[in-house]
Amino acid sequence: MNDYTRHEHHDFPGAVTQALADEPLQAALIRLTGTLMDGNRRGYAALADSDRLRDHAKHIKEHTLAHLDRYLEQLESSVTRLGGKVHWAASAEDARTIIVDIARQANCKRAVKAKSMTSEEIHLNGALQKAGLEVTETDFGEFILQVAGERPSHLVAPAVHHTRESVARVLSKHLEEVLPDDPRTLALTGRRILRQEFRQADLGITGANFAVAETGTIVLVTNEGNGRLTTTCPRVHVAIMGMEKVIPRLADLPVFLKLLARAATGQTLSVYTTLLTGPRRPNELDGPQEFHLVILDNGRSRILSGPFRESLECIRCGACLNACPVYRRIGGHAYGGVYSGPIGSILTPLYDSVSNNPELPHASSLCGACQAACPVKINIPRMLIGLREVQHHHRTSTGEHLAYKLWSLVLRKPWLYRLALRFARMLLGPLADDGWLKRLPGPGAGWTHARDFPVPASRSFRDRWKELGKKDHG
Amino acid sequence: MKVSLMITCLGDALFPEVGVATVKLLRRLGVEVDFPQGQTCCGQPHFNSGYHHEARKLAMHTIRAFGHDNLVVTPSGSCAAMVKLEYPHLFENDLIWHGRAEDLARRTHELSDFLINVLGVEDVGGRCPGKATYHMACHLRGLGLKDEPERLLRKVKDLEVVPLERSDECCGFGGSFSVRFPGISGAMVEDKAAFIDQSGADMVVATDAGCLMNIAGRLRRRGSKVRPMHLAQVLEKT
Repeated sequence: MNDYTRHEHHDFPGAVTQALADEPLQAALIRLTGTLMDGNRRGYAALADSDRLRDHAKHIKEHTLAHLDRYLEQLESSVTRLGGKVHWAASAEDARTIIVDIARQANCKRAVKAKSMTSEEIHLNGALQKAGLEVTETDFGEFILQVAGERPSHLVAPAVHHTRESVARVLSKHLEEVLPDDPRTLALTGRRILRQEFRQADLGITGANFAVAETGTIVLVTNEGNGRLTTTCPRVHVAIMGMEKVIPRLADLPVFLKLLARAATGQTLSVYTTLLTGPRRPNELDGPQEFHLVILDNGRSRILSGPFRESLECIRCGACLNACPVYRRIGGHAYGGVYSGPIGSILTPLYDSVSNNPELPHASSLCGACQAACPVKINIPRMLIGLREVQHHHRTSTGEHLAYKLWSLVLRKPWLYRLALRFARMLLGPLADDGWLKRLPGPGAGWTHARDFPVPASRSFRDRWKELGKKDHG
Repeated sequence: MKVSLMITCLGDALFPEVGVATVKLLRRLGVEVDFPQGQTCCGQPHFNSGYHHEARKLAMHTIRAFGHDNLVVTPSGSCAAMVKLEYPHLFENDLIWHGRAEDLARRTHELSDFLINVLGVEDVGGRCPGKATYHMACHLRGLGLKDEPERLLRKVKDLEVVPLERSDECCGFGGSFSVRFPGISGAMVEDKAAFIDQSGADMVVATDAGCLMNIAGRLRRRGSKVRPMHLAQVLEKT
């Protein structure tokens, strides 16, 4: 049995088969996504006009992306003016090198991290550990994963694939003592361990939910307060952000704060919303002495100039995961990369490669639940279809390509279409039981694996129109 | 008022009785119906699978077939969505065809949208004794339709409408998705069928032939006695 929980992979079909058979995982996913989707609906319903607010948020994102260079430069000058330092990372490797250098130059030995999917994207922890630093994840879910050696499987609830029994097992093994599986005890144990780490750390690493160009403010949204401790106790703070996270003005922030927590969980605001504007000033008593902002490209500027630009509007709330009937049944690890669910099905082919991830754009029934749940109304189904089109450019003509071409030809000649229909009826009719087939050949076998297939009617609608049509001229 | 019927490929080939019911229902409401013979398929399967060059050819064929000025009514949310949302998008960069696509997009209505939002009727004079549960087809979301089909159902005499758990969750059809990912699609339609059986209804109603084909196929496999019915068939009964 392959372990898809530990390593990134490109075996989507294998991982899906395993996930569908994993009953505890199925139960955990239904529970979590159900709760969070109820929250998402309640969250929007509580707003006076959620539709307009979401359109407004989308416009801000579109505007920002259209002038991304200007806002990023403004962000740099705002941060620099406050005494912080901005670093530009073209690739994941650049970002790792930059952060390791910052740690070395500041003589840091122990790092604590708030949850940052961007830091997972660049595989930062391994690079820091190789450079001799101790790294501790401080989001409790991420901490458990770190101890267990696993990858996150959901954007905001990374350890969803765990139960309190499995958490107790993981922590007990780590501490070499037997812990009960009672949530309160486990949380207090985690708190005890992590408080030690916060006190001893000299480097705090976070992502950035938003970065305000006007003021140089980094915004962190957490439920556990670990974002606050990560950026208060250690003397150096490094924030890594995807370049699309910038927003123009402080006045734009409330639009997103009103939507983010509601979309993600139904909360009005997350428990902690932290606005950090520069390192400690001369008259201040706490805060880091050094603040570094690493702005990451890693493929984003290429996406910006292409047909999938809308994917850069994502504010990483996870609502699409919770809404998705596919994610609900396979979980995050099956997707193979850092980002899962509907947005992951777009980001992974774009950041990694389309050819390495041929299944992901197809693993969707295009139901649109993601778009309906998205706080910025990203048209995910359309981009998935766009990726399916891109795939065809990579392949030379296959049987499928020819089949679709032939089918299109038949459909453009009504007489040929009528003939084909008659032929299908002749072929399939005798095989049917009461008008339904239990087995289809070839690719159709996927259908009849779970359901019967109807044979074409003995008289099509257009055959019957002849009688119906007598009432009206057609 | 005169409308043109867009029967859809699935409707024509697999569920002609839905088209017949649609025509009879519209005529009962005083609407004249014609049937442009050149129509075949809106091109959605090709579009969804990324064969956009072919999808454009099929879109042009469809636009030509419905070339005159009539409103177009179709008993299918997915085909209406294809025409209304994706046709203009397909011809974004085409000076001539974009206008023609937008024109057809404007004139095209899914059946419940036409009844409620164009004709302005909720009670279509239907009578269908029994207990029905309603599955929301995904494409209604994109079309901005919320409860039109349910409102029409609730006005049908002697029909009790019972709730369906997770009624707005996808049934797992998604065209080629159902054959490419039989495990996931199968799990989705099994859940849907189980909820339908649990609802206590004797019929399940939907606005889309794709959903009905998928759900009916699974219900049969399960040996369920629940009858799959298209909205048009329920509304047409008297």
